[in-house]
Amino acid sequence: MRAAFMQTLTELASQDPRILLLTGDLGYMAVEPFAEKHPSRFINVGVAEQNMIGVATGLAEAGFIPFVYSIVPFAVLRPYEFIRNGPIQHRWPVRIVGVGGGFEYGTNGLSHYGLEDIAVMRAQPSIHVIAPADAQQTRTALLRAWNLPGPVYLRIGKDDRQVVPGLSGEFELGRLQTLSEGSEALIIAMGSVAMEAAAATVALRERNVSCGLAILAHVNPAPVDHLANLLEKVPLVITVEAHYCAGGAGSLVAEVIAERGLRCRLVRCGVRTLPEAVSGSARFHHQKHGLTAEQLVGTVLQSLGRTS
Amino acid sequence: MTHTVAKQIRRIILRQSRRANVGHIGSALSVADILAVLYHDILRIPSPRDPERDRFVLSKGHSALALYAVLSLKGWLDERELSTFCGEGSRLSVHPEYGVPGVELATGSLGQGLSFGAGAALAARMQNSNRRVFVLLSDAECDEGSVWEAALFAAHHRLSNLVAVVDRNGQQALGRTEEVLALEPLAAKWQSFGWHAQEVDGHDLEALRRSLQPAPQANGQPQVIIARTTLGKGVSYMQSQIKWHYWPMSEAEYNQAIAEVEAAP
Repeated sequence: MRAAFMQTLTELASQDPRILLLTGDLGYMAVEPFAEKHPSRFINVGVAEQNMIGVATGLAEAGFIPFVYSIVPFAVLRPYEFIRNGPIQHRWPVRIVGVGGGFEYGTNGLSHYGLEDIAVMRAQPSIHVIAPADAQQTRTALLRAWNLPGPVYLRIGKDDRQVVPGLSGEFELGRLQTLSEGSEALIIAMGSVAMEAAAATVALRERNVSCGLAILAHVNPAPVDHLANLLEKVPLVITVEAHYCAGGAGSLVAEVIAERGLRCRLVRCGVRTLPEAVSGSARFHHQKHGLTAEQLVGTVLQSLGRTS
Repeated sequence: MTHTVAKQIRRIILRQSRRANVGHIGSALSVADILAVLYHDILRIPSPRDPERDRFVLSKGHSALALYAVLSLKGWLDERELSTFCGEGSRLSVHPEYGVPGVELATGSLGQGLSFGAGAALAARMQNSNRRVFVLLSDAECDEGSVWEAALFAAHHRLSNLVAVVDRNGQQALGRTEEVLALEPLAAKWQSFGWHAQEVDGHDLEALRRSLQPAPQANGQPQVIIARTTLGKGVSYMQSQIKWHYWPMSEAEYNQAIAEVEAAP
């Protein structure tokens, strides 16, 4: 998704001189296309994320559209108060790009995981929060969101080869992308772990379970109406996210079910415990937290009272 | 006359903080002369919405009343609105909020103004504009690491259109700055970060005016003015007294304070 993002941003910057790219000294083998095409509009601010947001805020006030780029926790958590008091409070168009949601930096340790970024960002009422599921959707999301009024948080994955079957780069503000429908259950997946959810959906169908799949990419402002519309059609919904259960996609779905008084039962698949301090790939960590396709299949079957 | 402006600012600070029964009086009085010089002699702001205006950021947001005072003297803030300060539904809070005409940046959390100022200064240069950017910090605000991130950035990018003014009154919320977290040698710290640093008497209007002009000798460096000030300047019993960082005045204290300010030359 990094390459898709950078390629698309580089194209947009050729059309609109207001676009700038700031990085907190991260993005080796990622930022180069932009930096080479638009050297005067690329700034490596150094390892100083608070200042990066502050500088971007000053640039945005003066009419620029600055994109700031770093790994999720450094882009969101370190400068969070700067984001809140600057672009959010003033409604200025700073774009925060966090790369590597969930466990994508799996061998780098907890410091590099993005497990609560969606929760803290969607707590803020006036920032768009977008978490695409694959590279093509990242491109479409950027094309739809780059010029929105006010701030935007874009959480992207690392892997550009990943394709969620059937998603075809679809993205629409205020809606989920429904890839398949089912009468027994609906899986709602957020971020690049949607790959596991997609594989699980296929496996469930092979077992004659009527299970649908929807992608939640525009997380804030929450697509409440569309969510409610999907949820009232199924007896069971399973949310899938490489994020802590508290505050993420599962929490959002729970809010909609409760506030709309829906009868849909909810099972949240996400991270519920502090990750073990062990190295491993994203898939290794997904397995630790019940997020692989096989585990998701088991969870759905169990929730339906079927034996696997 | 600049000194008349300074006196008017002090008068408004005392009246409004008495009326609203709030503190931060000492910190506001500390910067009254700096704001008088900036707004009377230095800043080029035809209107608060002019894109080519100079930018002024009150990074030490707890002196907001001094800023509201000078904005009302400029005519950008209705005088009647001043008397809503801290009232229910008023736009004028203890710290400056979003949407007040003439307030560039809502502040209150220390350590955020200089980064914004660096971005604003960089934007001016990228837009081939000669506008300047001024950021007023408190001395204890320099405890914040983010101030030094911004200091590195501004020097590296040679933002000579950026001026930081440090209100060096030596007092912070719970004690003397040198006892809480020592800052000295403060000017040398800024110099070592690549800034052109000057120390001036922060109540000497002429010295402030000179220091706030573009400094040709700075040779592309951002400028910092360490303005040596007195907390509560202009009211004898408040001067350098930590109580007046937070405390509101009684009626008797107000009467004495306003009498002293009116009697000053």
